[in-house]
Amino acid sequence: MPDAANTRSAGDAASAPAVEVRDLVKRYGRTTAIDGLTLSCARGEVTAILGPNGAGKTSTIEICEGFRRPDGGSVRVLGRDPSDSALKARVGVMLQSGGVPPAMRAGEWLRLMARFHAHPLDPAALLDRLGLSEHARTPYRRLSGGQQQRLSLAGAIVGRPELVFLDEPTAGLDPQARYACWDVVTGLREAGVSVVLTTHYMDEAEKLADQVIIIDHGRVVATGTPATLTGAERQLRFRARPGLNLDELLSALPQGSAAKESPAGHYIIEGQVAPGLLATVTAWCASEGVTTEDLSIERRTLEDVFLELTGRELR
Amino acid sequence: MTSTLDFAPRPGAAPLPRMVLAQAGAEMRAMLRNGEQLLLTLIIPVLLLVGFSRAPLISVDGTRVDFVTPGVLALAVMSTAFTGQAIATGFERRYGVLKRLGATPLSRPGLMFAKTTAVLGVEVIQVAVITVVALLMGWSPHGDPLWIALLIVLGTAAFSGLGLLIAGTLRAEATLAAANLVYLVLLGLGGVVFPVATFPEGVRPILELLPITALTNGMRSVLASGGGFPTGPVLVLLVWAVVTLGLAGRTFRWE
Repeated sequence: MPDAANTRSAGDAASAPAVEVRDLVKRYGRTTAIDGLTLSCARGEVTAILGPNGAGKTSTIEICEGFRRPDGGSVRVLGRDPSDSALKARVGVMLQSGGVPPAMRAGEWLRLMARFHAHPLDPAALLDRLGLSEHARTPYRRLSGGQQQRLSLAGAIVGRPELVFLDEPTAGLDPQARYACWDVVTGLREAGVSVVLTTHYMDEAEKLADQVIIIDHGRVVATGTPATLTGAERQLRFRARPGLNLDELLSALPQGSAAKESPAGHYIIEGQVAPGLLATVTAWCASEGVTTEDLSIERRTLEDVFLELTGRELR
Repeated sequence: MTSTLDFAPRPGAAPLPRMVLAQAGAEMRAMLRNGEQLLLTLIIPVLLLVGFSRAPLISVDGTRVDFVTPGVLALAVMSTAFTGQAIATGFERRYGVLKRLGATPLSRPGLMFAKTTAVLGVEVIQVAVITVVALLMGWSPHGDPLWIALLIVLGTAAFSGLGLLIAGTLRAEATLAAANLVYLVLLGLGGVVFPVATFPEGVRPILELLPITALTNGMRSVLASGGGFPTGPVLVLLVWAVVTLGLAGRTFRWE
């Protein structure tokens, strides 16, 4: 039977998920950073792992990258144990920071990374794509934070990997650099590369990801596409003078609607936002002699979902 | 230009020799570009060679340059294999460079092989420069170059082990301080320019067991007097190499 199992796992490797994590546990001293986390990232998709600081994002991704050993549970990357050296050529890694000798020039480092691979991308063309051509001869320590991030991203993909792990790839980037990074992630996805990234930015997850996994306190609290997570529900938002009588407003609205004022003067109405709703709300406000401003119908954002699930308190 | 980029997966590791040479080349360039490293590996040895050969600071049998050159060659090996490597590796650990390299197809043995190649490459340059300067000052070397090569390789192994032992366990700043301190102490005690014979009789047997003393004495017995196989120094260096590399292998922390 062990033989059969081995054969099966080798045969399955090609169809195994990019990443499969089951009941993962990681402790640092008395702190449990990851507490029974289970997730799966499909091949050829972009998976965004979202969570507040200290939720366990980096610990999870670094275990998948083989940098740390789990205290419990199982992790398979492309069907293999993360420590399997055969994965090194197939998986690209972008650390959250550092990793490059400070005195080494940007182009020199990327060429070195390329030399470790059999069929690398052209380092000069990759620098160009990420807007770093002018800085090819600049030592790493003299690059701006955003330039260092982009170089690190280039290093993760120069070897033409099947799977890339990007730990907060756009943290601290200016808008142009963020778009350049998104463009690369989109390009990777189109080329069939599996991407697993962590991020704090909801818009990033919403824009890039096929699957969003929200984690908090070392556990998965929600999983889904950006669309399923934000739901079909829509919201009607407007501003008006504070203290409107919401019960009265609700009585004019269809059954199952909800209304709240948060913060003062900002109103949100949730439920079946049918075409007639807008007319009903404006008519009711007019009858009360209230002027509405900034009236809009919006989908619930991932940020709303995120804050509902992980709370609003600072940490 | 950007159209030439095809992200479609085509993974594969480069052949090991290519990876090792690429990494070794990068490390050699880093050592030769770094001002403090050059001071340590070339400028100080050459200054000591010229100074102690010219100025009558020490009294030895034979010419001073014949006495000083083997010691300075030993010092050059120590400065690159021990001090330079310890400091560079300590900061590589601090900056996540070792961690990042751990995610490339270059294996850890491959990385160690590359580091050793880079150290030996720099040593070739050091030996060449020191030899030229010494010959210009009238040095007349003796002995079998094979024994010299053997001593340099064993000395490199022993000092690399010691350097990696420190770099793999202490913080980068502590490594910097410790590596410089040990360098100075060994420079003073190891017979590099001051003959061990000038130290009190009681401490000499202990000094003889230091790796720098073993390397210096071995080099000197071959180069200055054309001596045969330097059994004692070779054994001392061998023990240091086995113990320090073994300990470093067990204790080295990559992050």
